[in-house]
Amino acid sequence: MVRDGYSGSASAYGRPMPRSSPFSPSFWRSPLRGPWLTSWLGVVLLGGITVLFVTGLVSYAAYNPNLSPVNDQTPDKGILGFYLFPWPTDPHWLYRLNQGVHVTLGITLIPVLLAKLWSVVPRLFTLPPARSLAHALERISLLLLVGGALFEFVTGVLNVQLDYIFPGSFYTLHFYGAWVFFAAFVAHVALKLPMTLRNLRQLREERSGLVPADPAEPTVSRRGALWFVGGGSLLLFVTTVGQNFDGALRRTALLAPHGGAEPGSGPGGFQINKTAAYAGIRESETSAEAWRLVVEGRDGRRVRLSRADLLDLPLRSAALPIACVEGWSTSDQWWRGVRLRDLAALVGYAEDPPDVFVESLQRRGAFRRSALRANQVADSRSLLALFVNGEDLTPDHGYPARVIVPAAPGVLNTKWVARLTFGDL
Amino acid sequence: MRRPGIRIPLGSPLQLLLLISSFALTGYAGVRLLEGDWFEVVLWFVGAAVLHDLVLVPLYGAADRALLRGFEAAGTRRWVSYVRVPAALSLLLLLVWFPLITGRVADRYAAGTGLSADGFPARWLLITAVLFGGSAVWVVLSRWRAGGGGKG
Repeated sequence: MVRDGYSGSASAYGRPMPRSSPFSPSFWRSPLRGPWLTSWLGVVLLGGITVLFVTGLVSYAAYNPNLSPVNDQTPDKGILGFYLFPWPTDPHWLYRLNQGVHVTLGITLIPVLLAKLWSVVPRLFTLPPARSLAHALERISLLLLVGGALFEFVTGVLNVQLDYIFPGSFYTLHFYGAWVFFAAFVAHVALKLPMTLRNLRQLREERSGLVPADPAEPTVSRRGALWFVGGGSLLLFVTTVGQNFDGALRRTALLAPHGGAEPGSGPGGFQINKTAAYAGIRESETSAEAWRLVVEGRDGRRVRLSRADLLDLPLRSAALPIACVEGWSTSDQWWRGVRLRDLAALVGYAEDPPDVFVESLQRRGAFRRSALRANQVADSRSLLALFVNGEDLTPDHGYPARVIVPAAPGVLNTKWVARLTFGDL
Repeated sequence: MRRPGIRIPLGSPLQLLLLISSFALTGYAGVRLLEGDWFEVVLWFVGAAVLHDLVLVPLYGAADRALLRGFEAAGTRRWVSYVRVPAALSLLLLLVWFPLITGRVADRYAAGTGLSADGFPARWLLITAVLFGGSAVWVVLSRWRAGGGGKG
């Protein structure tokens, strides 16, 4: 369904412009541009970006940043952390779902974002640059909106591919960048939503600066263009979403970082965030002779346990996934080890287990030290795991012992644990 | 009654209030965003918008017009989308996954995840082949259907 040409003013604010200037309305000739296309793309982004923002905030809460400075990559957040709450352990797939939605949806929305920006690009070249103070401020806000959207998508897409070329810590940039973007996003929605809804309700086109004054002959209908954008989203979705599942489904994620084949075979062959070699773990530190777990209480009570000592304690099982901030996850693995609350009991916390401060042998990584809240320690599925899927942990999955907590982000399931300090933080 | 002299038009007061309150939040988060290497962060923030609007959009616009002119010269204008769609989808995948496809993060990726990055360029080419191949099948089918319709 191709719409006919429109007659429009060929002069900008009374001043004729040569067609070669992007400030001339006749420079922009695609017959696809118009309020109908922009409005459709706008409402899709309104829904999609709202979900991205909320799942992003939830993901930040999942780190329990207020519990301990080691969990918080953005300690100066101030009122931006107003909504934080103690992260629950139920349902045990909560973080897996939240982060899978955040990353997969973000990647899926890329074509919609690009199409939306394309559809409004003539607006960048309007003369006079500002008609009023409000209009001038709106244009500054639009720079923050466009810059912010691209900044968030680019840092996210680079981070999941481990391409750390952005200027600073991902957590800092993506978190504060999201708030800068969101401020402009809210203003934009408030200013444009009434018009967008009017455009979508009415079948006829309103006259708008977006409709080309001198449209080229169409090669595709607007509806076709929208299908094309949707096709791009669908292609990205089907080649990404599989990295949240195991087996054949993971293989459908053809280009996603944790798609394709598993890194190994057998019980410990599932996805790895960072290998032992990458984290700087030496075999000499993890051998039966060398490795000891130090469990401490705040009152100075301390026990040192070898792996054999741990095996003498009551062992429990839990089926829990690994879910990474990068938007990939595994299905539930069958972990076996000592309950964190039983380790707390060894240093005097028989009732009401407190928070715990966890330290790893690893030399690199922002979360080589991390903290878990009392509710996480108390959950009887929270383990210091020694086995996975019936076998000893592999070095890459944290041998000799690792933390595994229901619904916690992957990096808080500390591997190669060396010390647990129980006591309220 | 008009006063003499130049007055700056304010515009809608509601719009002004909304934008100023939005900027207050921008400022609060912005100073925290710029706490580190502020110059580079501003460069990334503004650069992303400028690079997109003034380089990427003109570039793919020009590529599309060149493609269209090529088809027009050959008198096959209506077939342009059969090339445009698979080409754009393939380039979209390259745009999103270029660090993995080009192998620029291959070493860190392999060391960190224990996975091999070798398969990404091949898989991207394979998807590209399927997209263009599917488009070719579509051309044949629509020609066949058009031909069949003519006979029936």
